[in-house]
Amino acid sequence: MKIIIVGCGNVGATLAEQLDKEGHDVTVIDVKEKLVNNLSDACDVLGVVGNGASYSVQMEADVNHADILIAVTGSDELNLLCCLIAKKAGGCHTIARVSNPVYSREISFIREELGLSMIINPQQAAAREMARILKFPSALKIDFFAKSRAELVTYRLEEGSPLCNMQLKNMGSRLKSSVLVAIVEREDQVIIPNGEFELKAKDIISIVGTPVKTIEFFRKLGIPTASARDVIVVGGGRTTIYLAKQLLEMGVRVKIIERDKERCDELSEMLPKATIINGDGTDKELLMEEGMTRTEAFLSMTDFDEENIMLALFAKSLSRAKLITKVHRVAYDEIIDNLDVGSVVYPKFITAETIIKYIRAMYNSMGSNIETLYRLCDNRVEALEFYIKADSPVVGIPLQDLKLKKNMLIGCITHRGQVSIPKGQSVIEVGDTVILITTTTGLHDIRDAIR
Amino acid sequence: MNFSIIRYILSSVLAFEGIFLLLPCAVGAIYGEREAFAYLFVAALSICFGFLGRVKKPKSKEIYSKGGLVTVSFSWILLSLVGAVPFVLTGEIPRYEDALFEVISGLTTTGASILNDVEAISRCTAFWRCFTHWIGGMGVLVLILAILPLSGSYNMHLMRAESPGPSVGKLVPKVRQTAMILYAIYGVITVVEIVALMIAGLPLFDAATLTFATVGTGGFGLLNSSIASYSLAIQIIFTIFMLLSSINFSVYYLILVRKAGEAFRFEEMRWFLAIVFGSALLITFNIKDGFDSLFMAFHTALFQVATVISTTGFATVDFNLWPEFSKSVLLFLMFVGACAGSTGGGFKVSRLMLLARSIKNEIICVAHPRTVKKVHMNGRMMSETVLKTVHVYLGAYVMILIVSVILISIDGFDLETNFSAVMATLNNIGPGFGKVGPTGNFSGFSVFSKVVLMFDMLAGRLELFPILVLFHPGIWQIKYGWRSDREVSEQEA
Repeated sequence: MKIIIVGCGNVGATLAEQLDKEGHDVTVIDVKEKLVNNLSDACDVLGVVGNGASYSVQMEADVNHADILIAVTGSDELNLLCCLIAKKAGGCHTIARVSNPVYSREISFIREELGLSMIINPQQAAAREMARILKFPSALKIDFFAKSRAELVTYRLEEGSPLCNMQLKNMGSRLKSSVLVAIVEREDQVIIPNGEFELKAKDIISIVGTPVKTIEFFRKLGIPTASARDVIVVGGGRTTIYLAKQLLEMGVRVKIIERDKERCDELSEMLPKATIINGDGTDKELLMEEGMTRTEAFLSMTDFDEENIMLALFAKSLSRAKLITKVHRVAYDEIIDNLDVGSVVYPKFITAETIIKYIRAMYNSMGSNIETLYRLCDNRVEALEFYIKADSPVVGIPLQDLKLKKNMLIGCITHRGQVSIPKGQSVIEVGDTVILITTTTGLHDIRDAIR
Repeated sequence: MNFSIIRYILSSVLAFEGIFLLLPCAVGAIYGEREAFAYLFVAALSICFGFLGRVKKPKSKEIYSKGGLVTVSFSWILLSLVGAVPFVLTGEIPRYEDALFEVISGLTTTGASILNDVEAISRCTAFWRCFTHWIGGMGVLVLILAILPLSGSYNMHLMRAESPGPSVGKLVPKVRQTAMILYAIYGVITVVEIVALMIAGLPLFDAATLTFATVGTGGFGLLNSSIASYSLAIQIIFTIFMLLSSINFSVYYLILVRKAGEAFRFEEMRWFLAIVFGSALLITFNIKDGFDSLFMAFHTALFQVATVISTTGFATVDFNLWPEFSKSVLLFLMFVGACAGSTGGGFKVSRLMLLARSIKNEIICVAHPRTVKKVHMNGRMMSETVLKTVHVYLGAYVMILIVSVILISIDGFDLETNFSAVMATLNNIGPGFGKVGPTGNFSGFSVFSKVVLMFDMLAGRLELFPILVLFHPGIWQIKYGWRSDREVSEQEA
């Protein structure tokens, strides 16, 4: 597809890099020549210098042949204007980043009346992700499949867990649980395990199951599954407001520590139910006083990455709280992941990821058997949802007899709207949708998975 | 630097050259020439080693600006070293340094020859000589980028290092598609010219070889008299295609995507055409007394202007014998050269344009010291970086010119010969004035001078810096951190 991205900031750059890798024709627009040059050096995209909301600049980027325009500059109004002009000039799909909370209540009106395909609010998306993590604090990450009827829960095996040194084929009988270990990350490796695979401590495993079954599975392992009831948030930015609103609705006690007095007044006005503490969140005494050792979850969400990481490390040393750290800079994610500071949330990355998911869905709906495509584990694993047609070679064969290629796994089968986790005897029928999890990229059809 | 990706790309280059060498081999087979075996031998070896070098895929495909420059200049040196071997094996150019001179002159689309008798060589050698022009015209790495799926962010660095012009841009978002479009346009021009020449009465072999020499703006011919003995129609075809090949290929792309208006507003092309027709007219009036009709005088003048400004170097008349004014105009045209993004060499019209505008702004600034004035091209402001590279380019260009003239003057030829020999090689034209004029050749120079001129040709084709950067000690530094590259790669393995 031909894609135009306006704004070469962090989000724009992440998007450009990822979309280029997926084989799309990407053109980037920014006012700053340097940013455009850097980006077109770093990946295979065409750069145009100029104001993205200008008609002539958009024409130079060939907007009348583009399929989609994504406006992710720092300014909401400029983004909306870019999309409006692109809509009129090229008739393409448009996506805008709009983050001002003032607009957030009117988002669907704006989207419909201005004819946008999608509006993304980075802070809100980050807040949603954090809320999801807090609902099930034991997991590092949760992804949803099959219209949210199945989920993939990522979790780190602790030392002494009953799963350690267990072969996967014995798991079903010992735990009496019908979930499937789909992906194992061990050190640098990503493995799609088979029955003989033996789990070890410190592995990061991702399991597929229906929401009910995964909760049951974790309960059997003795891992807490209830959502956090008590949360401390350091930093009162926009993300905090969105998050606090969601958490308060869920009935969670929220305590926000914010340095700026005026901001505290605003927060208290907007979030009457939350406890607002005016103080320096990096002050050790204050944190101890406010019960950091007893809290169930601790979120470091100041505007400074370094402060957030330091706070998370400090909290880790004193409490057993679930940690969530907000990090803006995307470039050092590997190092931060090594620090083991719980769940790290990158708002910019989430924004890019959400947009990319939308584009993939759009692209895949243009003729191909893939219903949806998800990229997991740093893009090293793909989960593809296929619709099974009448002539498919996988129909009617029990899975244990189906010769799949290496590193392929059928993760779940949806039969007449009923999600089931496959066993060896399971059979795929015509009209089912299946989810295939694989480390091989570029599959187009389920028959590509068969030997 | 990432040596394994450089090794991988160089191997691809070698394999491609092997495949190219099969063409003269086929020509030799058709005409039943023994020399074909020399080409077959070198082709087989190149393909073998090329594919061997490609067996192990590089782990990382990262390559930065520095690596891109080095890869491109190494590729060209490798191409030349291998491409010269068949000339020696066939015995037609017995000395390796001469053969190397000839093939570098071919690849860089210079067209300067050390052969005294071009008509004596075999058909396959004649074909290979001209075909190197075609390879070098658009560049072999651009071809590799178009054909091999070397996905990665680095390929823009390769393209930028090989394509001529002050600021190399892409036509479409993907480098690979851009390279494909360029080669497609190049191919179409080539085919059209072959057909036109055949209609005008040339046999296929002559039409093809001379077409390669024209569209690559090279200038190797098949006859000792170059183009002079061909008919008027054929000469006019050459004039047209020399000019077409020296216009920025972006213009053709813009026409193809139906943006003809934008194409005709392309300032570089306008300047180029103005310079061509302006100087042709000036020369016409200067030489008209020696011709029967004004048309013949204009035709001859235009042909010489086209051959010099497009840096092709065909000859119909010996312009050595022309009045000094015409010679001076031609000397100026030698310096100007073709448009950026074409197959021609020289300083490039766009650089001259930017220089002229910088000078104009500087004059205004001297008169009104507080003036703020920017240089524009195609209605767009040029950044300081682009202008800086143009200025530095001019500096480097002049210095190389001076040093080369001094070095080759050791041989004791007159200043006109020495100066124009360097001009003709550095700008990839071919013939100069004096001893190296249209009727002379470069065989009289000593080995040392030939090496200097070979350097000039490569530096001129790759636009100086990819070659000059090889003299930067940092390029050769293989240690980083406290371990050498070798240790790192061993550990990775």
